[in-house]
Amino acid sequence: MSRIEGVLNNLKGQGRKALIPYITAGDPSPALTVDLMHTLVEAGADIIELGVPFSDPMADGPVIQLACERALVHGTSLKQVIDMVREFRTRDDATPVVLMGYLNPVEAMGYEAFADAAADAGIDGVLTVDLPPEEAVDVAPLFAARSLDPIFLLAPTTTDERIRAISEHSSGYVYYVSIKGVTGSASINVEEVAAKVQHIHELTALPVGVGFGIRDAETAAAVGQVSDGVIVGSVLVDTIARNQTDPEQLKRALTDLLQPMRNALDNLTS
Amino acid sequence: MSTKLTKELLESLPDARGHFGDYGGRFVSETLMDSLVTLEREYHRLKDDPEFQEKFDKDLAHYVGRPSPLYFAERLTRETGGAQIWLKREDLNHTGAHKVNNTIGQALLASFLGKKRVIAETGAGQHGVATATVCARLGLECHVFMGSEDVQRQALNVYRMKLLGAEVHAVESGTRTLKDAMNEAMRDWVTNVDDTFYIIGTVAGPHPYPLLVRDFQAVIGREARAQSLTQAGKLPDALVACVGGGSNAIGLFYPFLTDESVAMYGVEAGGFGLETGQHAAPLCAGRPGVLHGNRTYLMEDENGQISATHSVSAGLDYPGVGPEHSWLKDVGRANYVSVTDEEALDGFRQLTRVEGIMPALESSHAVAYGTKLAAGMDKDQVVIINISGRGDKDIHTIANLDGIEI
Repeated sequence: MSRIEGVLNNLKGQGRKALIPYITAGDPSPALTVDLMHTLVEAGADIIELGVPFSDPMADGPVIQLACERALVHGTSLKQVIDMVREFRTRDDATPVVLMGYLNPVEAMGYEAFADAAADAGIDGVLTVDLPPEEAVDVAPLFAARSLDPIFLLAPTTTDERIRAISEHSSGYVYYVSIKGVTGSASINVEEVAAKVQHIHELTALPVGVGFGIRDAETAAAVGQVSDGVIVGSVLVDTIARNQTDPEQLKRALTDLLQPMRNALDNLTS
Repeated sequence: MSTKLTKELLESLPDARGHFGDYGGRFVSETLMDSLVTLEREYHRLKDDPEFQEKFDKDLAHYVGRPSPLYFAERLTRETGGAQIWLKREDLNHTGAHKVNNTIGQALLASFLGKKRVIAETGAGQHGVATATVCARLGLECHVFMGSEDVQRQALNVYRMKLLGAEVHAVESGTRTLKDAMNEAMRDWVTNVDDTFYIIGTVAGPHPYPLLVRDFQAVIGREARAQSLTQAGKLPDALVACVGGGSNAIGLFYPFLTDESVAMYGVEAGGFGLETGQHAAPLCAGRPGVLHGNRTYLMEDENGQISATHSVSAGLDYPGVGPEHSWLKDVGRANYVSVTDEEALDGFRQLTRVEGIMPALESSHAVAYGTKLAAGMDKDQVVIINISGRGDKDIHTIANLDGIEI
């Protein structure tokens, strides 16, 4: 059983929902990333999605675009991001880490070299925004052989036929993109999301995480009610942007943002 | 090592997943997949639909003004002192470039699909103008994304688009050029996917765009082939076209691919010189990667981050290239070369001076290489240079370089 599956099974057994924060590696500086990852865990994260910065983040809104730019100023490379997870693992071998990013840095490193390095560093899953399962035929067996969970996106526009096919290529969880848009854009319509997630649950046994548009305890609770986990990105990254000069204040601000979400999710079941 | 290309092989490409050998494909976020699948299905239905084809052909004849002439450049030939130089005059099209062939086709697709809102990216502004033009004619809402650096360089085209009723969005992210305009167009498309048709201007992007843009532009090569046989009495010995994304080049090359005797040269933007790293020549000096929905040759650093590019011509200032060109390079059917900014400017001046034809800075790259190539060939040989657009839009850039305020 993969680390992701283990954590999600455990939560399910307890009737709890997963809190999955996203930050961009190297933002505001590479030296801080591992510290921030520990902060996220202490504030209640169950799984961490760690963004790999890319020069052309086509699916991201301005907040994460700027995070990529800040990280790239320091030359943050995929290899360095993998090393950050290796360092994180020296203190935390329980919290799953999913790398999230775009395909080209992985292509540049080479699929096999990447899969080896990621597995060796203790990375658990890989979500590549611009790699649909149709194009993943070469890389899928390399991930499977190293127990790396491929996480794929589902969108409001995804047909039933595709939901089934994508789920068959996924393990760990599937990531439902709650809105048509880029990260950090519109606010979500909880009723629509609830209906779609329920429908996805009918088509796959995999846990469903929901991301895009979750910005506070209230939206986290509303989405947590209908899914297996909530993914929180832009609001955290925006907090990093606003506190980039003071690491201690930044950690407090991230904690102040995540803890109420954690509490709201845990109160759903009490 | 050149592979012999048969009609059967060419017709099998792109394959069902949109691949030209190792290149092409559909590398986009999930939200766009359904739209791309629908577009592919509808295009395959419509391309053989007589009503659609009749409309397309009629528009090309009566709105664009096709066929465009194949013109024998007698003085340029004499001055060059080699092969006969013939010019395919896409600069004479309505809106002044080859871009309109494609925007007519895609706007027709948009209307057949019932989409009322159109978006486009543009570099030099020619594709933006061509899109704004067909939207004005069909009554479609039009949004054009353009890097803020290009908005500066191509102020004339920005104003033309506004007059045509389009909203021009200056893109401030990244390097503020064509690649960032394309990122922003993709972001808009993801957000407004239900009612929006994305008219991509070049043979890049996710499948089926490289296929349908090539099909719409192939009219250039079909005409040139027939014109060469009639006017020059033979097939050309060489074709020369500039390559940014590569739509005018693929349009010229495609109908000649099985004619083994016809050599092909795609001319990339060498900028300040390949050795400086400041250029936009991924086929000459890049390596394969994935950007904007397709696998193709790219300019990137060792970590897979896309490099900033440089060219005096905004329309060639792009780090990628259409996937079919990547394939044609690898199989050895077409040659990809580069000329520098300076050589292109010399080409611009020469054609203006001896033929009274002012080519776009993009097309000036083809002129510069084409004359060099012709100089080393025999007098009975024929070279066709694609004049993909006219140079009016570049007058300010050239005056600036000459230190003249207009």
